[in-house]
Amino acid sequence: MLHYFLKRLISLGLSLVAASVVIFLALEVVPGDPASYMLGLNAQEDTLNALRQELGLNGTILERYVSWAGGLLTGDFGTSYTYRTPVAGMIGDRLWVSLPLALYALILSTLIAFPAGIWAAARRGTAADATVMGVTQLGVAIPNFWFAMLMVLVFAINLRWFSAGGFPGWDAGFFVAMKALTLPAIALALPQASILTRVMRSSLLDTLNEDFIRTARAKGLTKGQALWRHAVRNALIPVLTILGLQFSFLLAGAIIIENVFFLPGLGRLVFQSISARDLIVVESIVMLLVFAVILVNFAVDMAYAWVDPRLRRRR
Amino acid sequence: MSLLAIENLSLSIHGLPILKEVSMGVAPGRILGVIGESGSGKSITAFSVLHLLPNGTDCTGRITLNGNDILSLSERDLCGLRGREVGMVFQEPMTALNPLKTIGAQVAETILIHEKVSKSEAMARAAEALRRAELPQDRFPLSRYPHELSGGQRQRVVIAMAIALKPKLLIADEPTTALDVTTQAQILDLLKRLVAEDGMGLMLISHDLAVVADLADDLVIMKDGEVVESGPAKSLFANMQHPYSKALLEASSHVPLRTGEAVEVPLLEVREVVRDYTGHSHGWWGKTTHFRAVDQVSFSIRKGESLGLVGESGCGKSTLTRAILGLEEVQRGEILFDGLPVFTHHHANAAVRRRMQVVFQDPYGSFNPRWKVGRLVTEPFHLLEEPPRGREREKAIAEALESVGMRAADADKYIHEFSGGQRQRIAIARALIIRPDLIILDEAVSALDVSVRAQVLDLLADLSGRFGLTYLFISHDLSVVRSITDRVLVMKAGRIVEEGPTATVFDHPKDPYTQQLVAAAPVLPADAA
Repeated sequence: MLHYFLKRLISLGLSLVAASVVIFLALEVVPGDPASYMLGLNAQEDTLNALRQELGLNGTILERYVSWAGGLLTGDFGTSYTYRTPVAGMIGDRLWVSLPLALYALILSTLIAFPAGIWAAARRGTAADATVMGVTQLGVAIPNFWFAMLMVLVFAINLRWFSAGGFPGWDAGFFVAMKALTLPAIALALPQASILTRVMRSSLLDTLNEDFIRTARAKGLTKGQALWRHAVRNALIPVLTILGLQFSFLLAGAIIIENVFFLPGLGRLVFQSISARDLIVVESIVMLLVFAVILVNFAVDMAYAWVDPRLRRRR
Repeated sequence: MSLLAIENLSLSIHGLPILKEVSMGVAPGRILGVIGESGSGKSITAFSVLHLLPNGTDCTGRITLNGNDILSLSERDLCGLRGREVGMVFQEPMTALNPLKTIGAQVAETILIHEKVSKSEAMARAAEALRRAELPQDRFPLSRYPHELSGGQRQRVVIAMAIALKPKLLIADEPTTALDVTTQAQILDLLKRLVAEDGMGLMLISHDLAVVADLADDLVIMKDGEVVESGPAKSLFANMQHPYSKALLEASSHVPLRTGEAVEVPLLEVREVVRDYTGHSHGWWGKTTHFRAVDQVSFSIRKGESLGLVGESGCGKSTLTRAILGLEEVQRGEILFDGLPVFTHHHANAAVRRRMQVVFQDPYGSFNPRWKVGRLVTEPFHLLEEPPRGREREKAIAEALESVGMRAADADKYIHEFSGGQRQRIAIARALIIRPDLIILDEAVSALDVSVRAQVLDLLADLSGRFGLTYLFISHDLSVVRSITDRVLVMKAGRIVEEGPTATVFDHPKDPYTQQLVAAAPVLPADAA
């Protein structure tokens, strides 16, 4: 197990280094000068030079990479060109909205999908199964911003249970902040939950056809016991894979939902920085997201090993 | 009084009749052998005793187990019977166990489901059940996972699970079909011992007459969902009445008539071949272990000869086959085909390669399901420099199919339209189409029913006479090898331990391993008729 853990950890480190090189080179090899791209066509030569200096475009490619990567390691992500504030601070503030939102949505999606998927699989071919399949089909098909607007209309405007948008900050208290994240989290979770339910169902149906389920039934287990004791854990591997992919997506992919609910999250920051051609911010966020994805993959790998003893080798 | 009585059981699934008026019985301490080919309904009969049947099943008749009328019991009562009164052992030990649970937990579960005992007591009894199944705790602790065990060991775990509560009836559905001969003999001995010790009744299901003949007190022969013949094993074997039983017996010991003579010219020469694989390393800086799959193997096949290669799984047969076919390079030694090397400059020698073909075991997995038969059988054409086109190609396809007893019109069909035996004929047609000199038959008849197997063996014998083919016949089934080969090689742990004329080797084995193999192979009673 330790061997597996260390191996994954080394692979995690190597992936991070490789990702940072790729992101750095991407900006290096794209044709044109990043400084003139950021400032537009009518920029003055001395402004361009100043920006080049700031972007660290002067010096050899290796020097530039080392100073950029070194900055990342020490938490110095540079200064945003448009906002004139340290990028690290900007990202930090946004992360405190996006990360809890993503986790919240992920937990909701899991809480919906696991029972729904298991329930449908256990009742394969019945009306219950057909209903779950129908509802999840809708959940996958309908865009999440439409859910979001519908929920604002019902729960914020008509019922007045929630505010229609905005984020009061964590200083306002944990529950107040969580309440503000609730509608967005539901809107994000519903399509994800629909996908996850279907994955859970089909994976479980495959597992229920396995020989060892028949063995369990021959031992005297009821259908339900065989399902809970033998099938569910065996069905988890594909579900964990999808769960990992969904978390990475939720972290950065919430742009539209953040806009609907006026949330100051990472998605909006990316959107704004791209519009403002603020490459320093974009580059840092991309690096951060890549880091998050790699970290999530690491967590998923660990979860695989927790589920499946065949992956924990003896040594 | 009978322990299990099945009376006039008829069964249909979604209206499709599967069993017709099946009757049989098992008495305590006796072994009932149920024999039949695939689709005869023998497994579904076994599952109906546990009432573990697919949805849409309709049963009439009577199944009485120890006084309980199975067909009228509620699901709850059935769950109480399964595992406690009836234990079951399945065909495929590799998939019959939950890969995520320890063997101890899986055996203990049988006990925990039926009795109110503490977990530690259940574990202690699981250890005892595993010990009785010959998996002692000092070598196979309860904390082992299934993937850490071999096929035979896994089957012992399944048996331990089935006998943990000392059930009155044990049902074993092809318990040894997936195992090697020596392992098969051990598992059959174990079952026999447990039956005697516990006074259980055993219902032993098999397609293999010889396996059942050694063990069973009573026999039932099934065909197409019906019992065709039944009775005490001894008298039944000596005096078979039904034409199907007779045909089955004939097919089991069938020896194809072979024509054609081998000439004293070697076609394939294998000289001191060595193939190593890199194993796991011990830690990051530790030494990497090597696994020698093929170790200093030398032999030759004469033109027109049929050579057998026997050995258990993992002995290096497949690696050797791949090396001969030029699919894998060897580290040492050389392989010559008609004097030419199989490998030249790290590439398979095309001139040699087109003169050998192979037929694999699985008639289901070895064809692309989206291609028509015509395209499937012409696959080897890519080995030719100028493959036939147009009318010539059609003619080649028709000839190949007709030579294996299929029709030329079959070329326009898809592979799923054919049975297992027909598919294996098509596989042979695919091998024949470029008129090779050598055909390697890698367990080519192992997946077939005995009667189909007899037909395919006849076909192979006929083809070798007609086309002067040379065969390398790889199998774990000694009776098949005996019936179709002139000479045989016995392989163990990468080495050839014995070699000689087939009859001599099997009748007077010299090497201890060959002796063990021959002794383990199940045989039909001598007075069978």
